[in-house]
Amino acid sequence: MRFSKDHEWVNLDGDTATIGITAYAADQLGDVVFVDLPTAGKSVKAGEGLAVVESVKAASDVYSPVAGEVTEVNAALSDEPQTVNDAPEAGGWFVKLKVADPKALDALMDRPAYEAYLKTL
Amino acid sequence: MSDQTLKTTVLHEAHVAAGARMTPFGGYDMPVQYPMGILKEHLWAREHAGLFDVSHMGPAFLDITAPGGDGEERHRAVAALIEPLVCGDIAGLKPGQVRYTLLLNEEGGILDDLMIGRPYDPEFQGRLYIVVNAGGKEADFELIAQAAGRKARLTRADDGGLIALQGPEAVDVLRRVLPGVETMGFMSYRRRPFERVSVRVARSGYTGEDGFEILVPERGATSLWNKLLADRRVQPIGLGARDSLRLEAGLPLYGHDLDPTVSPIEANLAFAVSKKRLKAGAIRGAERIARELADGPTRIRVGLKVLEGAPAREGAPILGARGKQVGVVTSGGFAPGLGAPIAMGFVPPDQSKPGKKLSVEVRGRKQAAHVTALPFVPHRYHRNPER
Repeated sequence: MRFSKDHEWVNLDGDTATIGITAYAADQLGDVVFVDLPTAGKSVKAGEGLAVVESVKAASDVYSPVAGEVTEVNAALSDEPQTVNDAPEAGGWFVKLKVADPKALDALMDRPAYEAYLKTL
Repeated sequence: MSDQTLKTTVLHEAHVAAGARMTPFGGYDMPVQYPMGILKEHLWAREHAGLFDVSHMGPAFLDITAPGGDGEERHRAVAALIEPLVCGDIAGLKPGQVRYTLLLNEEGGILDDLMIGRPYDPEFQGRLYIVVNAGGKEADFELIAQAAGRKARLTRADDGGLIALQGPEAVDVLRRVLPGVETMGFMSYRRRPFERVSVRVARSGYTGEDGFEILVPERGATSLWNKLLADRRVQPIGLGARDSLRLEAGLPLYGHDLDPTVSPIEANLAFAVSKKRLKAGAIRGAERIARELADGPTRIRVGLKVLEGAPAREGAPILGARGKQVGVVTSGGFAPGLGAPIAMGFVPPDQSKPGKKLSVEVRGRKQAAHVTALPFVPHRYHRNPER
């Protein structure tokens, strides 16, 4: 699993990346009440808006850590958005992306680096 | 965000110790939520009793300077100084009564919404208790002090604590700490002893629930907060849930649903306009307000239930049947008590009937919505007459 400074995680399997937000991000957002997901087939650039997550208080953008094409979205979140709080780095995933360049993940942090980064915040 | 420019309330340490997440609001470093989280805090206040620090707001006393006169004369004299600024009947307040009113500009636009109370005790007649919003308190106090001139003295009381206890169990919690409050009716106002200080209690609030707002001098504030928090039925509630609670209760928030261009009629707050004073032309912007009352305003504040999709927040366009924009959302979010998004906004009166089908636009997408009578969640005020 790799992590971005914007608190997204990416898990690569072949050229398919599963993307979600980290436990830290979910905790900062508070209770998630709605997730606005893209439609399958959408192409995104690295750093581009991928989804919007709504807590009681506010709407927050989720950025794609890597470029690619959306192949699948987590439809279960429409009925159970709180899964993002309960299991942010598992069942609370947002989208699967066919990654344009798997090597792009090397620019992201591994877990020890991300945890060290959190300590600086 | 530099901390030295942010003010703190007298309860700041208690919030930090309780693990609150702090955020700047109205110039103060305030708790937005506690570890429980906004959703659970909201539901707790609806079911039990929620404790809120609202010490960032602007409580003050306005005291007539001239001696003499009986209680009624002294009250009428101080009321006459503030009435030119507000649309309510302040002279008509009974001893121990508090009233919601609006501070208006010359065009009848709303400068702030506030509470004005008349003391119950004979020795305090000729005094008004005033609570304005945090954001506008400097300007409001200046306006009031100017209107009073030398005839009355404005004394700020925002150096102490202002604590709200809200929810169905609030009365039974508070009576153990401030005996006698259980006999108060909705919108009544009393002085009560607490330890070595005097506190001012109003049976009012901003959640739609029964509850109390208590002004406590600095040296009693932390003790009162901790005593109330020691009751198992009480949880501290942050500004996040305060906002979702007031939204469900259909209560407007100044700076969002109300601003200097909005009249009391447009704001759907006609109940706060004294019909007697309006008829006499004695209210700022009386001509506009009377015209809007008779012919209808060009826009009016309504409630919207969003039937699908994401919450529609402040600024979201409201669309009519043919997809044309007819209005704008002024506050909106997710209603924990309804499990659905709700909003308030302004639309023309012909689009304002409950049940009217409209839509809201969120991130370029049209989502079905319909107009709903306010409040979204019924008020549960303690309206029983006082014993």
